[in-house]
Formats: sequence, C-alpha cells, structure tokens
Amino acid sequence: MKKTGAQVLCEGLIHHGVEKIFGIPGGAILPLYGTLSEYPELDHILVRHEQGASHAADGFSRITGKTGVCFATSGPGATNLITGMATAMMDSSPMIAITGQVSRPGIGKDSFQEIDITGASLPVTKHNYLVMNADEIPRVLKEAFIIANTGRPGPVLIDIPRDVFTEQFDFDNKFWEEEIEILGYKPPKFAENSKIDKALKLIEESKKPVILAGHGIIISKAYNELMELAESAQIPVITTLLGISSFPENHVLSLSFPGMHGVAWASLALDQADLVIAIGSRFDDRITGDTSRFATKSKKIHIDIDPAEINKNIEVDVALIGNAKDIMKQMLPKLKKKTHIEWINHIEKLKEEHPSLKLKKSPDLTGQYVIKSLSDETEGKSVIVTGVGQHQMWAAQHYSYCSQNSWISSGGLGTMGFEVPAALGAKVGAPDKNVWSIAGDGGFQMTLCELATIVENNIKVKFALLNNNHLGMITQWQGMFFNEDYQANAYTANPDFVKLANAYGMKALSVDNNEDVRPAIREANNHDGPFLIDFKIKKEENVFPMIPSGQSVNELLEEPIDGSN
Amino acid sequence: MVATNTGTRTVIALVENKAGVLARICGLFRRQGFNIASLAVGRSEIKGLSRMTFVVEGPEEVVRLVAAKLDRLIEVVEVEDISDLDHVYREMVLIKVSADNEKRGEILQLSNIFNVKTVDVGSDQMTIETTGESNEIESLLELLEPYGIIEVMRTGRVAVLKSNE
Repeated sequence: MKKTGAQVLCEGLIHHGVEKIFGIPGGAILPLYGTLSEYPELDHILVRHEQGASHAADGFSRITGKTGVCFATSGPGATNLITGMATAMMDSSPMIAITGQVSRPGIGKDSFQEIDITGASLPVTKHNYLVMNADEIPRVLKEAFIIANTGRPGPVLIDIPRDVFTEQFDFDNKFWEEEIEILGYKPPKFAENSKIDKALKLIEESKKPVILAGHGIIISKAYNELMELAESAQIPVITTLLGISSFPENHVLSLSFPGMHGVAWASLALDQADLVIAIGSRFDDRITGDTSRFATKSKKIHIDIDPAEINKNIEVDVALIGNAKDIMKQMLPKLKKKTHIEWINHIEKLKEEHPSLKLKKSPDLTGQYVIKSLSDETEGKSVIVTGVGQHQMWAAQHYSYCSQNSWISSGGLGTMGFEVPAALGAKVGAPDKNVWSIAGDGGFQMTLCELATIVENNIKVKFALLNNNHLGMITQWQGMFFNEDYQANAYTANPDFVKLANAYGMKALSVDNNEDVRPAIREANNHDGPFLIDFKIKKEENVFPMIPSGQSVNELLEEPIDGSN
Repeated sequence: MVATNTGTRTVIALVENKAGVLARICGLFRRQGFNIASLAVGRSEIKGLSRMTFVVEGPEEVVRLVAAKLDRLIEVVEVEDISDLDHVYREMVLIKVSADNEKRGEILQLSNIFNVKTVDVGSDQMTIETTGESNEIESLLELLEPYGIIEVMRTGRVAVLKSNE
C-alpha cells in the first residue's frame, strides 16, 4: 500500500516501542509534524531549544534503557543537537535524532537553513544516515535502532530531506517483523573460555582485589552479577563516576568512586590493590591521572564490549571483550568463593584515616551539607541528575546511592546545562521515581528555558540549585592553579531564581541557612508538581579530595579536618 | 601510553562501497593529526565491498588505536594493521619524461631493468609506467632525472598478506 516517507517513519517508531519524542519543528521537518496527528501513540513533547531535546532524549534513555528519540529541523535546529549527541556519544547513551533536511534539489546549494549535518555530526554519532529516497526509510530506521542500542550504545542521526518525507512508495508492514543483518556490525557477546579461565586464575591468586565498576554495568543491567561477583569472592567495589548506582553505596563492600574528586580511600585502594577488575569502564583520565603511575602494583582484567577500549589508556593482563552481563555470567559458575578479611580491614582503616565525606563545621550553608541532607531526606533512593562542576562532584560524593541506576550525569563530555533537560527526560521516562536535578547557577542558566517545557507538561522534577553566584569549579582552579588570578568566574547579575521559577509558574523557595534545608527539601518532596529550591551557598568552597589533573594518588589533596557537624 | 616508534604503517580495510565511507575513515586519522601518505581504493572480490590500503605516518600504538576505532565504524567490515605481518605491496607510477629520438632508445634500455612499459610516445617526450615497491620506483625516478622529468603520477600502495599469514 502506498504511504509517505513520514508515515512509514512514524509507524516504524511505534513498531520500535517509541512513545515519547522530544523536539521542535521547523520548515524542513514540517511534513513529519504534519503526519504526527495520524499517530496519537506518539507523544511529542515540545521543548524550547534543540539542545534540550537531545539532552531530554538522553536522560530518557539513561533512566529507561530504551532508545530516546528527538526531532529537529535542518540547519540551526540540527546543529543545536550536536552538544546533546556528543554528550550521549561520550557516555554511550542510545539515542536517535531525526533531522529535517532541505529538499533534495536544494542540497549543496546553500539553501535556506541548509547544513551538512551528516558531515558535521560524524565525530559525535555512532553512525548517521542521509536518506535520499523514501523507500530507504524502513531499513535505515531498523538499522538505527539496532546500532543505537546494542553493543556499546550511542546516538544515531537520520537526516531526511523535506521532499523525502512526502514521497510516496509501496510499503508492506511485514517488513517490521523481518530480521535484518548489518554486515559490518557484529557486537561481541561472549569471551573465549580460555581467557575467562585466565581471569578467574588471577582472581583466585589475588590477595588485594578491587572491582572498578563502570557505566557498562548499568547499560547491561548486570547489577545482580556484579553483586554476586563481589560477594562470592569478597571483592570491594569501586564505581567510576558513571558507574555510580551500579552497586548500592550502603553495602559493606562499596567504596564509592576514585579519581580527581573521588573519595581518598577509593583512590588509595585502587593504587594499593594487586588486582583491578575493570568492568564496563574505560580508564578515563579523571580516574587514572598520570597513566604511568596508575595502579602500578596490580594485574588488570578488563571487561568491555568495545575492543577499541582495550589497552587504549592502560595496558591490561586479560581482556574479556563482550557484554558485561554475559561475561560475568560466563565467569560466575566457575568462580571460587574467597575471603579477603585482611584487605577489607586495611580499607576500613583507610576510611578512618581519610574521612573524605566527613562534613566540616560551617556556619554558612555549603553544597556538601545540602546534598547530604537531600540524601538523608530521600534515603538515597531518588534519581539524581546533575550538570558539571562543583555541584556535580558534591552530588557524586555526598549522596548515598542506594537504588539501581539512580545517577545521571554528563561524565565524559562534561556538559554544563545537561541537568535541566536531562532531568526532564528522566522524569518523563520514570514518572514514578522522585527525580532531583542538582544544578549550579552556571549550568542552570545555560538551559533554563526548559522550565517552560517542564511547567507546560507538569513534569514533576525537583531542582536543588546550589547557587554561589560563581562558576565554582573555575573559581577553585583559578585559586589553586592560576595564582588566585580570578577571571570571568563571577556571576554578579544572577536573577532572583525564586521569582524566575515563579514567572514560569513553578513553585520555589530560597534557603540561605542550615536549619531551613531539610524542611525545604521535605516541602519540595511533598509538592505534587515541579519545584525549585534556590540554595544560597557559601561562595568560596573547594571540592576535596582532589588529585590535580595529570597527577597521581601521591599528590592527593585532602581537606584539613576541623570536626564535623 | 606515550607514543613511540613513529614510522610508516600500512593498514588494509574491507569496507562497504557507499557514499561517505571514506570521509568517516579519514576523519578518524585526521582526529589524531595523521597524514595519510597514500591511499588506494577499489572494488574487492565481494559484491558491494571495497578494499582500501592506507599508508599513514604515526606511532604504532596510535595507529593500532585508530585501527580499532575504524573497526567500530558500521561500514567497515574488517580492518588490519599489516605492517608487522608478512605482506607484499605494489605501487604504480606514470612518468612523463623528455625524450627526443636520440634519447628515446637510451631511456628504453635503462628502463628494461625496471619492468617498464611505454604507454605513450610523442615527438620530444614519452610516458612510461612501472609497478613495484616504493624504493624501486624511487630508483627509476633517480635514473630518469637527468633526462628531464616533466610529470609524475603515482598511485597509492596496494597490499595483500602473503599466503602463509
């Protein structure tokens, strides 16, 4: 039966289980929007900026594990998606971005709102397509869903010229049921048995093992396998920044996260271990610092689905290439039960000697205290979405993540402004979960236009704005590494964020002292709608511990302890 | 890893014969700041697939990383850095050289050692072709230099692994 490209696209999205789409229309993509009314199953959420559409789709993907979808028009609509696609690419988040392109006869003629988005997005997508005939749409869409959300997930962009949306062709719905094969795309699944045995032998011989659990645990939903590996062989679990919430932080074997702003005992344990089992982690420079001095005393097992990650930053002894869950399932039946009492006791001592998470007494309101209070008030069970900077590090440190997949943050690209739209998308994906966006006043102002989207759709996100009228991490680095030569670090004309939220029609409160923190959090939690708390925190406050960029655990800086509150 | 051992590496790839594939591949080399010293592309024995031979200048570790990233590309079916494997390779060159009646015989004689074919002869110049390894082509060019080389057109390297690899 004859259908238009736009119709087949909508039917394909529905076939692949898509319910929510984040986007903004424009000239080139209007024929697709003109078809949406025929498909009420597709709920389109109109955002205020295309960057917001891409981050919202990313937040949706991360919380649901499904492929988030966003729409944008040609030209500036498409280029505005780039930051969002790059964020998803760096953090292996599945996403499909559909962009309108100028009509075929106009391509290459510098037509109005024309940009070569397949060219421009090459380095920030796992794959992309320019669809020059409507009858290619079904195959392309099918491939896109496979590529986006199998193997190491990532964003896929599909660029469709305006006249391809309206072009008619004969299409048989049976195609959606057919299996397809993509020649050059074969994500590995299982590792060779001989290598599994080699890894098991290293685990057996080890006296001081640690697991470095990365985002791959969350992506492959290998929570139970990780727990079994850790408990059976009694191996402490360090999570990477994006591995946070892959292992409950109230578990006795949990060591939180290491690296530049990680807790001291995690960095020290990683350094002192005789075996590091990295699972779904890529030895990021924020963890390793100086690679030549990283975890030099240990053998290394690296479990990763992406062969390009093996020996990229750190040479390993055994590489197990495949899906983290499948590989652990291969290992677990042959794993011998073990105990490492001495090593565990040693780490307990490290925790006592280096109390990284102890809050210092402060008459002024601090970000650390706000996060700790939020953690206690929500019993570590909320979904936390952050931007990038000091608030992100405090949120990673002082919130105790006790439920699976409850930490959403731009780890790889470090995208400020992620916190508003990503929280929006996460809440749309998990309406029954309590979603808190922890934001700084810098990043918040990069994407705050999405407050309108949040209010319009009554998306019940709670915002904890850690507002110090500064770019906090910039202030910290200029103070520590640029001789206190403070440049372009202060926001001297911040708006009244409570009035601003109110102007959007959102309830909001301002808090400037320790006593009011918990009541305000309770009020936000109890409010049936979006809510913002403007926490006016102390201006000068550094994030500790810190391993300065490119250095090692030997240069670890800790905060002088002056008692606790 | 600090990159060491900078040299010339030969990478071969089996890729889908589609628009934009070359741009994707070159983008990965460009990102590392590599110069592609030579590139040859042509259809393979499999329908719809092409073989590419790249010669790149870069440290071994980084070329290995790029090769792994190339393999990640959807349209790349296979890729291998064959520099350290036993392989044979050939390049081809077309050389237009000054040659009047007097010199022509001399050039042809010289060329005999080099498996040279004459492809075009004019009144005062001629064009010859040869295939071989880079150093053979370099030697021929050196020999022809005194006669006056007008134009040189070289292909990229094409390489295959030897049968026992």
